[in-house]
Amino acid sequence: MSRKDPLIIQPLSSEEITAIENEVSHLPFRDAAAIDALKIVQAHRGWVSDESLAAIARLLDMSIEELDAIATFYNLIFRHPVGEKVILFCDSVSCWLMGGDNICDHIRQKLDIDYGGTTADGRYTLLPVTCLGDCDHAPAMMVGDELHHDLTPAAIDQILVKGNHNE
Amino acid sequence: MSDRPLTRNIDPVAGPTWIKTYEANDGYQAVRETIGQRSPADVLDMVRESNLRGRGGAGFPTGMKWSFVPMGKTDGHKYLVCNADEMEPGTFKDRIILEYDPHQLIEGMILSAYTIAADVGYIFIRDEYHVATRRLRQAIAEAEQKGYLGNDILGTGYDFHLYVHVSAGRYICGEETALLNSLEGKRATPRAKPPFPQVSGLFGRPTIVNNVETLCNITHIVGKGPDWFKSLGLGDDSGTKLFGASGKVKRPGCWELPMGTTIGEIIEDHAGGMREGLALKGFLPGGASTDFLLPEHLDLRMDYDTIMQAGSRMGTGTMIIMDDKTCPVAMVRNLEMFFARESCGFCTPCREGLPWIFRILDDIEEGRGMPEDMEVLDRQGRFIGAIGNTHCAHAPGAIEPLSSAIRYFREDFEQHIQGKRCPYAGG
Amino acid sequence: MAKIIVDGTEIEADESRNLLEVLLACGEDLPYFCWHPKMGSVGACRQCAVVQHRNQEDERGRIVMSCMTPITEGAIFSVQNETASGFRASVVENLMVNHPHDCPVCEEGGECHLQDMTVMTGHRDRSYRHLKMTFENQYLGPFIGHEMNRCITCYRCVRYYQDYAGGSDLAAFASRDRVYFGRAEDGVLENEFAGNLVEVCPTGVFTDKTLSEHYTRKWDLASAPAICTGCSLGCNISVSERYGELRRIHNRYHGEINGYFLCDRGRFGGQFVNSENRIPRCGQRNSDQKFEPRSTDDAVNDISTLIKDAGRIIGIGSARASLESNYALRQLVGEQNYFSGLDDIEAETANLHLRALHSNLGIASMTEVEDCDAIIILGEDVTNHAPRLALSLRQSSHNAARSLAHDAGIPLWHDAAVRGLAQDKKSPVFILTPYADRLDDVSTAAIRLSPREIADTGFALANAIAAPDDTDSENLLVAQMKTVLMSARKPLIVSGSSLKNVEIVKASLNVAVALKKINPETRLVLAGDECNTLAVATLATQHMPSPGESADLMIVVENDLQRHCSPEAFSDLLANVSHLVTIDHSDSRTVSASHYVLPAATFAESEGTCINNEGRAQRSYGAFKSKDEIAPSWLWLMRLAAACDKPSCDAIDDLLHECADAIPGLAGIVAAAPDANYRGHGLKVNRMTHRYSGRTAMRADVNVHEPQQPGDEQSALTYSMEGINQSAPSSVKAYTWAPGWNSNQSISKFQDEIGGHLSSGDPGKLLFSVDTPLEPLLPASTSGKALDLVPAHHIFSSDEMSSRSSAIRDAAPAPFAILNAETASNLDVGQGDGLKCQSGNHHITFQVAIDHNVADDCAVCLFNGDSAPLFLTTADLMRDQDWTAPDTANLIGSDRMSR
Ligand SMILES: Cc1cc2nc3c(=O)[nH]c(=O)nc-3n(C[C@H](O)[C@H](O)[C@H](O)COP(=O)(O)O)c2cc1C
Ligand code: SF4
Ligand code: FES
Repeated sequence: MSRKDPLIIQPLSSEEITAIENEVSHLPFRDAAAIDALKIVQAHRGWVSDESLAAIARLLDMSIEELDAIATFYNLIFRHPVGEKVILFCDSVSCWLMGGDNICDHIRQKLDIDYGGTTADGRYTLLPVTCLGDCDHAPAMMVGDELHHDLTPAAIDQILVKGNHNE
Repeated sequence: MSDRPLTRNIDPVAGPTWIKTYEANDGYQAVRETIGQRSPADVLDMVRESNLRGRGGAGFPTGMKWSFVPMGKTDGHKYLVCNADEMEPGTFKDRIILEYDPHQLIEGMILSAYTIAADVGYIFIRDEYHVATRRLRQAIAEAEQKGYLGNDILGTGYDFHLYVHVSAGRYICGEETALLNSLEGKRATPRAKPPFPQVSGLFGRPTIVNNVETLCNITHIVGKGPDWFKSLGLGDDSGTKLFGASGKVKRPGCWELPMGTTIGEIIEDHAGGMREGLALKGFLPGGASTDFLLPEHLDLRMDYDTIMQAGSRMGTGTMIIMDDKTCPVAMVRNLEMFFARESCGFCTPCREGLPWIFRILDDIEEGRGMPEDMEVLDRQGRFIGAIGNTHCAHAPGAIEPLSSAIRYFREDFEQHIQGKRCPYAGG
Repeated sequence: MAKIIVDGTEIEADESRNLLEVLLACGEDLPYFCWHPKMGSVGACRQCAVVQHRNQEDERGRIVMSCMTPITEGAIFSVQNETASGFRASVVENLMVNHPHDCPVCEEGGECHLQDMTVMTGHRDRSYRHLKMTFENQYLGPFIGHEMNRCITCYRCVRYYQDYAGGSDLAAFASRDRVYFGRAEDGVLENEFAGNLVEVCPTGVFTDKTLSEHYTRKWDLASAPAICTGCSLGCNISVSERYGELRRIHNRYHGEINGYFLCDRGRFGGQFVNSENRIPRCGQRNSDQKFEPRSTDDAVNDISTLIKDAGRIIGIGSARASLESNYALRQLVGEQNYFSGLDDIEAETANLHLRALHSNLGIASMTEVEDCDAIIILGEDVTNHAPRLALSLRQSSHNAARSLAHDAGIPLWHDAAVRGLAQDKKSPVFILTPYADRLDDVSTAAIRLSPREIADTGFALANAIAAPDDTDSENLLVAQMKTVLMSARKPLIVSGSSLKNVEIVKASLNVAVALKKINPETRLVLAGDECNTLAVATLATQHMPSPGESADLMIVVENDLQRHCSPEAFSDLLANVSHLVTIDHSDSRTVSASHYVLPAATFAESEGTCINNEGRAQRSYGAFKSKDEIAPSWLWLMRLAAACDKPSCDAIDDLLHECADAIPGLAGIVAAAPDANYRGHGLKVNRMTHRYSGRTAMRADVNVHEPQQPGDEQSALTYSMEGINQSAPSSVKAYTWAPGWNSNQSISKFQDEIGGHLSSGDPGKLLFSVDTPLEPLLPASTSGKALDLVPAHHIFSSDEMSSRSSAIRDAAPAPFAILNAETASNLDVGQGDGLKCQSGNHHITFQVAIDHNVADDCAVCLFNGDSAPLFLTTADLMRDQDWTAPDTANLIGSDRMSR
């Protein structure tokens, strides 16, 4: 292991560790659970901080570099803090054909953020995403875990005002 | 309905089909009649005879693919992996099965795994498919409880464990070898073939990767026989296919239709034709990485070889329709933005070449294009566009809509450059 | 062999090779980036594209990557056709899209593989007009600079660092056109072989910081073929100079030793040559104990008078000096008065080493090490004591992967596929050491034992192997190792002197002896102490004067005696000597105690022969002529001999011949390299490149007249641009260059096959090939000590000279002692406390680090210049009550010792 300083490593919760070990249990190598582990921690904390990453690396017998190389590859592992809900706005071709750009502009104006930004109140982060597989109801987006489609500016106003999207 | 085997249990209004209903509808009958009853070699023969071609985009004959796996038991695992990454822009077919008829996939996987003697299976599903993931997990639990999955399936001594792996994003994970790297917990860069996954796949073990729709078809081929399956197709290819259309048609959607249904029938009859005031200018027949076709191609049958001869690919069979008020340059710019962003960054032509192409298209669309840009686009297209020029098929796929757009809509490009503006803007 | 057709010509090609290797070996100028002869192919850069045709009728063919294309009978390729060459030009065009075009300020300029390939493909005009991607750079430590904007994303660095060298703190982050190669954050690269990144990177992303500090273009460097003095392995290096200063050390390919790679000690340790500790001129100590300068003539006169007047003279040689200097000393003082300067243990292990070399035990070269498929390491800290060998052992551990791939029909050059198939399967590697080893991560079993236990285990293993099959050992570890060794195709025993334990070396010889009887393929490799330990052990019958031995004059050549005897013995020695004359290049405590000091030339300024751990004699040459008063030690000694009217010579070749004739076993040394009379096409071998520039301007601030270049009467080389570098025999070739190939990749033009031997023969000559079998050695009875003081070597601290290089000093750990918790509590010390090692009036205090990965009852203490002698005697260990940790506690210097 490359970095050993115990101070920088915040412990993972026992819940997180149990979930990670559960993934490890059906894989032939500990580090094969790298992506699962990152996702588990992100599910608990919203994003993967340097500290969390170091803790996961240690749990999986990896170096920080080995794990971060993986974390930074995937667009749905967040290495920066994100808002309470991540808006994944589909910017692929079918949604674009159906006026997705305008809808996205509407979101940008409404929330006063660009792609990659988080609202001042910390509620939303806006990110582009590849085709959500809902092309017959384009434009589409996800807010948190919820899929919204057939988007219009009016629908956006409804969805984002409510701001309550727990499953 | 027997001529729509893939969607017979799918009714979005009624919700997902759980195991009770599924079984009542002859579900898992193929499993009961096959595991421990037929030899894997017999099942493989059925699949071969059925002439089933992979529904993930490339149309590779499934039976042939399987036949490269060393048969029978080996020491160490063999894996069956379901590709449920569905991220090709304009593609929305696998999600419907995953959400509404998860048991159909599970049954297909059990039969497929049995054939190649795989003991572990993974369903690699994209992260955004939360609903599908939840339902798959529940369905797996149901199947395990009923003894269709796990150790000693139905008392036959055959073991098969099935897990769902939720991805962390990136289109390239859909490429089967990148998918395997991702399943191994690594960066999703594709692998060089050979060796093929059948020889050295997941964790270095023999592995088969198939698309959701492909695996679902196995259930029906084994259940009703290859001849029945072949009879479903109208043209050269067998079976049915989930076809779709998106864009400015009257009724965008996804339908299970016989292989060989004509493009015109899909666009006119099922999608209802173009919206009022719009005309069809061109379309991508099977997702973002297929070449444009034109209205003159409407009579073609949706068969792998037919579409190939017309200069495109059937791909995923979900069409993206471009109307005459949409700027082809802007549309291709959107596509290339996607392909450049989704490059894994491993090989030079894709990593460096696609962003360059995107920037040129952006310039052209925004009125900053230069006459020599067309030459660079041509050159880059030739450089990147052929299978073998790049490490995987991502970049050649990216060039298909570009080079065909230049072929068919060159005037549009030139108008942009000469007029220093997009002629469609404000229109 | 298979026949293939390339551009219409039939070629015979080896089927185990890929097409790129075959074409390069044929002399074809085919560009590539991501492929590396030692790392195989991955097909990332797409630069090596050619066209493959299905048959004669298929005119169009399709693009394939030659590095990913196996050789098959009848295959047809076009390399030069327009499709292929156009594609390759496009690759460079695209690689250059984001490249900063900063060649004028880039350290790689002039020896840049990317520059070469750009010219080779003919890409010239830029049509990309958009923004470039930019990156931030990182601090990577004292050795390596980082300039990410120059990156062409060939992935060589990570593949080298992680897959080849086993490092884990350099990775490829992010993706698409934003892939970033670096660490998670600023910090020193941990791997001991990180320096090779400088040569592995085909552009200027990773550069040599020690060169950057006083930068010179490759074409402005004068270079010489030298032998690294950092350890006993004798890696071949290219030393380069400008303005009379050492500028850098690069790898010099040797097909049996270092291949393409060096360790960081070797690469960055040579900078001591420029240090202010160098002795610039002759000096005599005056009555105030201060040194006064003396002219060369005066000094030689004075000392020769001392010699003539002396009753008894003692000459002490050195394991870090050349064979010639040692032999010259022996000639001057007489055989009976010549001492090797080794301590008892060094001498005893060196003699065992020589016995092994004279026997039929197969001594493995590093290339052969890489072919072995089962390895037992008996008490040798390879990474810190004979570093380059560790890199080879790491490769041997992958032989299991290779054999799996072979069985599965996967070509061995298909790197990713071989790794993917094998996953974590490794060849058996057993490591028996007292403390964590840097190779533990590739080991089957890493067992922590005290030195005595290691020796006992080794003897038991030898007995078990020699015993008839039915007598199974009770010791499980021994039984396991026996099984592994007996079932291997080519087993390897690795041992050496790092633990200063003679019994361990004996035990490992016994294992090799026993195994050799069963499997003739058995190999042994022993790591010695210094670059010339075997030479002095051959020349000398005595090693250190015994305590109380008196003399009128003692002449010490390039040896700091304090490193080879205890402080008491050192004082005793000096007390009984009337005059001490030291010839050395750098300051030391022995120098400070001398009456006369003569300034010696270093390896970078002189020629001489070294004998490495395989018994290979190799000649080393200096890159520049030392400053006026400085001379090679052998020359000082010959001047003294002449002044005393003793037999002398002024040509090193004469000395060498004399030595070869006089010393049994050394006859081969003259064949190690051509002598000073060598001429090719009537010319000597040039040190300066043909494009060397500014020779007339270099001294313009001193004098506008260009002085005559110094002559070189001692060797086949000249201090000149005129010469036959390219066609020179490998042992005197100063640098590698071929038309169109300015980077180090030009080496493939000089190999008999890619990654094979140099076509004019790998440099040097193996001595001592006597094939007599060795009988098993008897263990000495050892007295049981309660606690073992174990010397821990460190790559950056333990070697006398390299540890004086400024960059190396920055990377060296503070002195530490590692103990396990139980031993620590027995000694009443805890983490961060001081542990005092007391020997007579001398003591050293180490900072304690607790590590579970240390054998019981062992105190593992860093062996460096200051502490060396203490470990050779029985120091007493205790808690240092008065000691406080320094503020800048580089506490866990032991970090590098464990992963
Ligand atoms: C860039 C790229 C993305 C792909 N994405 C998908 C995908 O999302 N889903 C899929 O099933 N196949 C995808 N494929 C095709 C797979 O590589 C593979 O051919 C397929 O999963 C095989 O299944 P099949 O034989 O059942 O068609 C993709 C291929 C490429 C080159
Ligand atoms: S074409 Fe190359 S860079 Fe692009 S996704 Fe495939 S391997 Fe990665
Ligand atoms: S050298 Fe062949 S692809 Fe890079």
